[in-house]
Amino acid sequence: MNEFLAMGGYAAFIWASYAAAALGLAALGVSSWRAMRSLERQADAARAERRAERGRA
Amino acid sequence: MTAGVDGGIGTLVRRELQLVWAERSGGAIALIFFVIVASLFPFAVGPEPQVLARIAAGIVWVSALLACLLSLERLFQPDAEDGTLEQLVVSGQSLEAVAIAKMITHWLTTALPLVLLTPVTAAMLGAPFEVWGTLLLGLLLGTPALSSIGAVAAALTVGVRRGGVLISLLVLPLAVPTLIFGVGVADPLAGGSALKWLGVTTLLALAVGPFAAAAGLRVAME
Amino acid sequence: MFAAFATGLYYALVASPIDYLQRDTVRIMYVHVPAAWMALGSYTTIAIASLVSIVWRHPLADVCAKAAAPIGAVFTAVCLVTGSLWGKPTWGTWWQWDARMTSVLVLLFIYLGYMALWSAFDDRQRAARAAAILALVGAINLPIIKFSVDWWNTLHQPASVFRSGGPTIHPDMLTPLLIMALAYMLFFVTTLLMRMRAELASQRLEIAAERRAMALEGVQ
Repeated sequence: MNEFLAMGGYAAFIWASYAAAALGLAALGVSSWRAMRSLERQADAARAERRAERGRA
Repeated sequence: MTAGVDGGIGTLVRRELQLVWAERSGGAIALIFFVIVASLFPFAVGPEPQVLARIAAGIVWVSALLACLLSLERLFQPDAEDGTLEQLVVSGQSLEAVAIAKMITHWLTTALPLVLLTPVTAAMLGAPFEVWGTLLLGLLLGTPALSSIGAVAAALTVGVRRGGVLISLLVLPLAVPTLIFGVGVADPLAGGSALKWLGVTTLLALAVGPFAAAAGLRVAME
Repeated sequence: MFAAFATGLYYALVASPIDYLQRDTVRIMYVHVPAAWMALGSYTTIAIASLVSIVWRHPLADVCAKAAAPIGAVFTAVCLVTGSLWGKPTWGTWWQWDARMTSVLVLLFIYLGYMALWSAFDDRQRAARAAAILALVGAINLPIIKFSVDWWNTLHQPASVFRSGGPTIHPDMLTPLLIMALAYMLFFVTTLLMRMRAELASQRLEIAAERRAMALEGVQ
């Protein structure tokens, strides 16, 4: 296992690369997912509100 | 009013030149900027003649490129603001013609003076005399591409706050080929190849530019 | 998508052989090269969407282009960072002005400019049209930029630059590479759809807010 982590002595570079890639993609994915949820929730709420208003009118 | 594309562009260019002549201090600023930027490099890399001579062509090109950016923000803005652009369209001028006229004007008033001042900066940086001619040729052939790309960026960003910075951001990556080949013309080994590709790049820029700029103006006027 | 990443990572980190010259650092290739491919693939998506937008005026095309841009930019950044980390043990310097990395750097600048143009306008329509034009101008330019950078590179570095795995890639290395490429592609599609939905929802909100404002004015 230790040999695996050491990666022939280049551990820092290899793991840093994979971490950079993982972090970058994860950050993008998470932020996109959260934006989607938040905005869709708001948009649905706005539509519900409008329907309610129209019902009252 | 003369009909036909050439007459149209000719009239437009004449009008542009009159306007620019009225504001010639602006054009002078680009020249001064060009020389100042070029002279920054010795401060930055040291006055050693061999070092400067080696990178002189590159310094001149970068300085010229940056100086060309200066006048772009106001290329279409004034006409768009005061309605002149709409008047031109109504009177039958195509937006492509307007774009071409603006490109020609920019080149004549901003780029060409820079190019003519090149011997001064080249001498200042100690560029070998044999290189002066090819450097000049490269700039003459390459700066029209810069005017074209600049006009496209200016057209796309008409009316944008702080448009100047955005224009620079848009132009610089697209200007990389012109820069690479332009400097390459001054290279004793690869000059011929560079000249050919510089020509191709400029032709492409001149072919695509007017249409892209016109499209941008159309969007801005909607 | 997660399954693809899992298999890909397994192959990349455990099961693939070490390179004769580069030993373990070649494993960085498995996150670096697919990122480069997707950086270009994302821009292709934007270019096609922009073309559709200009020719057919389909509203979803604009949404697609706008949504794809940040994804492409992130791929480009990942490519540059991993490339730098690959270069340090291989060539000794943190940055090497080789043809591919330099082209990717210019591509990053193009992405940033494209995204900046989108956010420069309050009017969404105008932003979409202008961005579409810019994307196409960039698309036409990209082959020339790539060619000029290659030309520039051979001019200044007559010695051949190291290419990963040599002219042909060992089949044992090809499999993890392709699996990772697939994983990256699936990531692109998934994230793109999320961002498009977010953008559409944002548009709906804007319309709703406008309607509310107009209704208030009507009452007064």
